[in-house]
Amino acid sequence: MNLQTTNPQPKNARAHAPLDRGWAGVVLRMLRRHTLLRHTLLAVVAVVALAYLTGAVSPYRDLQIAHMAYIVCAAAGLTVLTGLGGQISLGHGAFMAIGAYTTALVLNHWAWPLAAVLLAAVTVTAVAGFIVGVAAARLHGPYLAGATLALAVGLPGLVSYEPVTGLLGGQNGLSVSPSPPPLALGETFPLERWQAWISCLCAVIVMWLLANLTHSRLGRSLPATRDDEIAAALSGIRVARVRIITSVVAAACAGLGGGLLAVVTTLAAPGAFPLTLSLQLVAAVVLGGLGSLAGAVWGSVVLVLVPNWASDPDASAHLPHNVASNLPALIFGTVLIVVTLLFPRGMQGGFRWVGRQVKRRLTERTG
Amino acid sequence: MKRPGVLRTLAVLVATALTATACGGGDGEGGGQSGGSSAPGVTATTVTIGSHQPLTGPAAPGYSANSAASKAYFDYINESGGINGRKIVYKVVDDVYNPTQTVDVVHRLVLQDKVFAIFNGLGTPTHTKVLDYLNAQRVPDLFVASGCGCWDQPKKNPYTFGWQPDYIREGKILGQFIKEKYADKKVAYFYQNDDFGQDGLKGLDKYVPASQVAARQSYQPGGTDVGAQAQAIAQSKADVVVLFTIPTYTALFRLAALKLNYKPQIIVSNVGSDPITLTGLLESYAKKGGTELEGNPLIQGIITNSYLPAPGAKDNTWTELFRKIHAKYIPNLPFNGNIIYGMSAAYTFAQALKAAGQNPTRKGLVDALENSKFTGPGLVPFAYSKDSHSGYTGAQIGRIKGTSVVVEGQPLVTDAGDGPIQPSTVQQPQAPANGVPTG
Repeated sequence: MNLQTTNPQPKNARAHAPLDRGWAGVVLRMLRRHTLLRHTLLAVVAVVALAYLTGAVSPYRDLQIAHMAYIVCAAAGLTVLTGLGGQISLGHGAFMAIGAYTTALVLNHWAWPLAAVLLAAVTVTAVAGFIVGVAAARLHGPYLAGATLALAVGLPGLVSYEPVTGLLGGQNGLSVSPSPPPLALGETFPLERWQAWISCLCAVIVMWLLANLTHSRLGRSLPATRDDEIAAALSGIRVARVRIITSVVAAACAGLGGGLLAVVTTLAAPGAFPLTLSLQLVAAVVLGGLGSLAGAVWGSVVLVLVPNWASDPDASAHLPHNVASNLPALIFGTVLIVVTLLFPRGMQGGFRWVGRQVKRRLTERTG
Repeated sequence: MKRPGVLRTLAVLVATALTATACGGGDGEGGGQSGGSSAPGVTATTVTIGSHQPLTGPAAPGYSANSAASKAYFDYINESGGINGRKIVYKVVDDVYNPTQTVDVVHRLVLQDKVFAIFNGLGTPTHTKVLDYLNAQRVPDLFVASGCGCWDQPKKNPYTFGWQPDYIREGKILGQFIKEKYADKKVAYFYQNDDFGQDGLKGLDKYVPASQVAARQSYQPGGTDVGAQAQAIAQSKADVVVLFTIPTYTALFRLAALKLNYKPQIIVSNVGSDPITLTGLLESYAKKGGTELEGNPLIQGIITNSYLPAPGAKDNTWTELFRKIHAKYIPNLPFNGNIIYGMSAAYTFAQALKAAGQNPTRKGLVDALENSKFTGPGLVPFAYSKDSHSGYTGAQIGRIKGTSVVVEGQPLVTDAGDGPIQPSTVQQPQAPANGVPTG
């Protein structure tokens, strides 16, 4: 008793003492308690930061940001499915393909507004995700990997199937012509920035929804089904239902990503959805940090930027074609190996580690 | 416990350093604006142009030499002082003949590398996907390496120009030949199922009566199995098979026919008929299938059409010029039709750039082409004018003999519509002595 009261200050109280007083303290405490409020605030900050960033960089960087943003959509869904739900999907590229082709068809045939088109892509892919999810909920480990792999290999090949080549354009694909930036933004407003805005806005919405989802009842039951299916079932979680819902969510995110891909590249073609895309998505999620939404962002950034640097025509001009064309994959693979060796929890784990080290040093110095 | 900590710290430091240098070095922009001219990609001493080419992938055999040949010709010109005092910097990026990658690399050439123009971008399925983009950005899109009729839409796509004869013209000329020489024979078509093959068939159908066509089979580029199509064509017992194919599929069809012991007269449109490329492809595909064979005897007598001098042509000043440049800059590549193609297209670009004047602008380049009367290595004239962005207006029938194509008859010109086929009235000029276009 005596000892406790003479203890100068409990550790926690000291760490937060200066902030817990006054208005700042009230706001901080509220944010810590209200998940929805915190995520909304983060989303608003992200939108403002991205709006500033896209305005400050060149059109080409804007285009790359647009690429990253649609990959974030797909990767974020996958990290929830694989990282939290423990279900591996090697066929996420196929869901992106469904989203892209839905977008192309709806846009070309009915010319709906873009938001409605993307919503249609999400809906169609969600239905596909439900069908796959029902089947996948009965499968485990390698069987699930095999089934989803078959999807990634088989689905893009369907466009070459004779009866649908007229509708889907075969290997040639379907050209997409989304409407140009609204005139209200000025006549010289770069198309690439407009594409980046659309993509980023969708990515922020996806992240906001998924962040809230992972903090919900469903989100908490996901790791339970991943870690021990029987224990989860005994505690009243309907494992199959949880898995199907996750499947639908992940597919819908990938569908949105695919729809955005079609809008940004103005094309939906089977060449955009090779097996390597599905594998790269898994790699991006692992690289960023399995199960962490922020990790999906880091993974997507690396996935877009590394091949771009590696395939710079000036840098690779002196290499033979066969070496130069495989360089991006080589560098990406090396990065993946190094990161997983040093930071088993991915880049997000690495950042946390750096944060902890810095904090420790600081407290050592001040204490 | 200490070791991973040290390693990790090191890794974080290295990653930070790499990111910093990449961010600093990656934005190589703003360099192309200095030097009197206001056009992107033009400086006082250089003009930067770019291209998307299949350096790897299904269309690479044969075609990967095109850009190397163009580059060799530009190097040759640069060594003799460039065009109007500017050296031509040619950036070639691999798109694997995959439309999605084409979109990506062309965006990059235009936005990041700030090229003055896109030159000789290869492929119909690929280049159609960047057509709208290049015209929206007002980037000259010269001499697309494809004979799709779609490049010739001056109203809709004022910045795009074709170069080689379009497939409808080729189809018409081959169709007329079949009508004259094989009037009572059964004909079959084997074609790439996109604008390339479909345009070719449009031309053929203008001359070959539908009742004479026993089979129409197509393929999608990507796979390498054409057994089913070859079987169907063999079963139709066609005496003549017309191929609108890229070289890979010409070779695959030839091997499939060999396997079926099916011996029709084969007619291949220009793009799929280079004898040296075909010989190499036949031998490598046969080897993959486990048999050794000589490729060259298999293609003897194949009928095709030409609009450029043949690599084996005797006493042709253009072939001599290109052979000289080839020997100096790219001696390791076989001297074949693709080399002639790449250098001829580069020659036409040099002509256009010269015509655009001392301070070339993007619009100026387009105007110069529309008002041009270029002659060069071609056997037939160009169609360039305000109303037509079509390239060579015809071709000459030829036959594969040895490793070359021997032309017969006379060069023919026509239009892409229902116009007649007529003998060409324009003579091929001599090549300039120093190899640099005079004007």
